Parts: sequence; C-alpha cells; structure tokens
Amino acid sequence: MTDTALITIRKLVKTYGALPVLRSIDLDITRGESVALLGANGSGKSTLLRLVAGLSKATSGEIRVGGWELPREAHAIRAQIGLVAHRTLIYDNLTARENLRFFGRLYSLQDIDARIERGLARVGLAKRGGDVVRTFSRGMQQRLAIARALLHDPAVLLLDEPYTGLDVSAAEILDDLVLHSHTEGRTILLITHELERAARLAGRVIILSKGKVGYDGATPDDLPARYRQIVGTVSAG
Amino acid sequence: MKTPFFKAALSIVRKDFLAELRSRELVGAMGLFVLLSVLVFSFALELNRQARAETVGGVLWVTVVFASILGLNRSMAMEREQGNFEALLIAPIDRAALYVGKLIGNYVFTVAVSLPLLVVMTVLYNVAVITPEVIGVLLLGAFGMTVVGTLLAAMTVQTRAREALLPIIMLPIVLPVLLAAVRATNAILSRAPLAQWSDWLLILVVLAVIYLVMCLLTFGFIVEE
Repeated sequence: MTDTALITIRKLVKTYGALPVLRSIDLDITRGESVALLGANGSGKSTLLRLVAGLSKATSGEIRVGGWELPREAHAIRAQIGLVAHRTLIYDNLTARENLRFFGRLYSLQDIDARIERGLARVGLAKRGGDVVRTFSRGMQQRLAIARALLHDPAVLLLDEPYTGLDVSAAEILDDLVLHSHTEGRTILLITHELERAARLAGRVIILSKGKVGYDGATPDDLPARYRQIVGTVSAG
Repeated sequence: MKTPFFKAALSIVRKDFLAELRSRELVGAMGLFVLLSVLVFSFALELNRQARAETVGGVLWVTVVFASILGLNRSMAMEREQGNFEALLIAPIDRAALYVGKLIGNYVFTVAVSLPLLVVMTVLYNVAVITPEVIGVLLLGAFGMTVVGTLLAAMTVQTRAREALLPIIMLPIVLPVLLAAVRATNAILSRAPLAQWSDWLLILVVLAVIYLVMCLLTFGFIVEE
C-alpha cells in the first residue's frame, strides 16, 4: 500500500460457483484520483465496484478503503462511500427532500436540513425538493441520486454506469456534477462504456479483460485503440 | 461511525409509513384482497351456524396469511424497483436494524388490514370474532408470520419468480404458526376455557421468539450477495 492510497486491493479473487469473475486483482487508488473502469460486459467491472462498496464478499484477497479492511470494518468503509448506479436508488413515492432526509438519518448526519438544501441546490433541484420523485424526468432523478450519494460527504464516489438512459443534456449536467465532485477532492471510480466520456472525466484508466487488469495507467491519448487492443472491440458509445 | 440500531430501524419504519401514506399501494391491495377472500369464502361455504363457528378460524388465518404474503411481496418490491435495497445495504447500519425496520412496517400493515377483517367476518359469519382473546392471538400469529415472511421476502425479492416463490417457501415454514393460531382461535370462538388453548398460545410465543432470533442472526448473510 502506498502512502497516499485510499483504496488498496490485493490478490482479489471473486468467483460465482465455479465461474471466476475477478482473477487476482491488485490495485492502488490514490486519494483524489479520478479513475475510469472500462471493459466489455462480463469483464468484472461491476463486481469489482460492488466488492469495494461492501455489497458483495470477495472469495479471497484483501480490500482496504481509507485504511479500513473489508468486511471486518465494513461500517466505517460504508460511511466513506457514495454510490450512484444506473438505477437511482431513491424512492419514487417520496419527495426529493424526504428521500434525502431518510438517507441522512441512516447516516446519522448532523444538520440534515442544511445538508439537504445544499445538496438540492448543488444538483439544481432546490425548487423541486417538495415534489414526489416519480414526477421527475430520468435526468432529474439521476441528479437527485448524486445529491443522495454526496449527502454524507463521502471520500469515495462510485459510479456504476450512471449515464444509462440519460439524454445528451442530462448526461452533460451529470458530467459537470462528477467533475465538480472531483475538484472537491473526492476519489472517483467510474464505470462507463463510453470511451470518450471516460477520457474526458478520468485521469486514469483501468481496463479489465476476463477478470484481469489489461491496462492500468494514465488515460492514453489513443484510448479507443488501446481499448480495442485489450478488449477486442470498441464500445458503441 | 455506525448509526445506532433503533435510530436506523425507526428511520426505515418511518420511510415505509410515509411511502405507504402517499401511495396506499400496500394496504389498499391487501385490504381489497382480504375483503374479496372473505366474501368468496362466505358464499362458497354456505354453512349452518355451528359449522360457521368451526370454520371461521381457518378462514380468518388463511386470509391473513395470504394477505400478508401479498404485502410482503409489495413491501420488498418497493425496495427492489429502483435498486433501493442496495442503498440500504451500503449505509453504515446493522443488517439486523434493516431487518427490524422492515419487520415493524410489515407487521403494522398486516395488523392494520387484519383488524378490520374481524369486523367484516363478524358481519358475514354472524360469529362474535371481535374479542380481546382473538385479537391477542391475531397479534401474536401475525407477528410470527411476518417475522419469517420479512426474511424470506428479502431473499426471494432478488429472484425472477419472487411472487410465486415467496408463498412456496413461506407456507411450509409458517405452518406451525398457522396451525397454533387456527387451533387457538377456534377454541376461543367455541368458548373453551383458557386451559384448553393456552398451550397453543404458548407455542405461538415460543415460535415467534425462535423465528425472530434465527432471522436476526441470518438476515445479514441472506442479503449479502
């Protein structure tokens, strides 16, 4: 583990029954880094993210976040992590404020109301805070999902294909929120199939292929070519 | 770092009540099911007064158990629809607090539908079902069923055939609760002395405690993957 590594992964293996999904992954992710996790479907990207989030247990190997070890110190790690997925992870029968208040209570946050208002303002939903979420567009729901994920001011923001189903303008707003979140010092780990977006948002790229790290380094200028070389095809995005 | 157990559980209860208050999906569906079931039973079993008194316990509990399955499926579907369950699992709370929160909500919804059922049955079956003893057995039996059902619903919600799977898994496990509750209810309605049905009551209490402890211990493992 390097001195500044926030996320450390050592010899990580994950199998589902006899099927190996991750084969001995070693990674160090530094505090404040913005990392894009790329790979074909089934390469193990989401599994890796779920393992870091503590949503799944590793078959073997070690994961540390902020010095805490999974799964033994999962509670401490969960408080450091915000997750945005392609599904919104919010309740569409509740208002935006009620959703954020609920999650604020789950994280035992102080001054919840002030955090809620700041969060809603940050994602441009201050005027819709009292509206039931099911009346929101997909883009607005995803912005609220970002507000939820950042409510407890996590050190790590995990994004699992958050652009799915967003139109161009909603995706651009999400881009801005991710970039802004990074400038605030957060470590970003983003899964996307869009290479152009990955190159724009991330300073480092990890390409997974068949459960192994095929490339890990600074975002190359020729990302599509590098991706094609490792994975075999270039994503449609 | 970790959110206190009861604070987390009560937050989940509050959220479930608020969502239900807004949508009325769960209690509405359960209530309608209960009403239709009792009506169907009432027309199907055209019985004399004595026979009605003997079957009313069975009708009551079959209706309650299926209404509770309907509610459990719906309650967990709410957590699954937008992947909310993952948001709960990633929060720094005890898995057991998550279980207890969902359990309290499910139990209150089941009781909220079951108590009016007693009124409907009193009218349709012309049997005095609303007694403190029957209400006590109802509260106890519904608790035992919901304890198991909440755990199993969390398990089956992640499967494709969840709506069919929950009753298939749940009914054999809650059968002892169902049996004890029907026997106790029938004994109460036939005005048997307490000594004749206190054992059934004791069985309900013991089952509820055993099921609760087992569910609290296993819930974390079940929702892990």
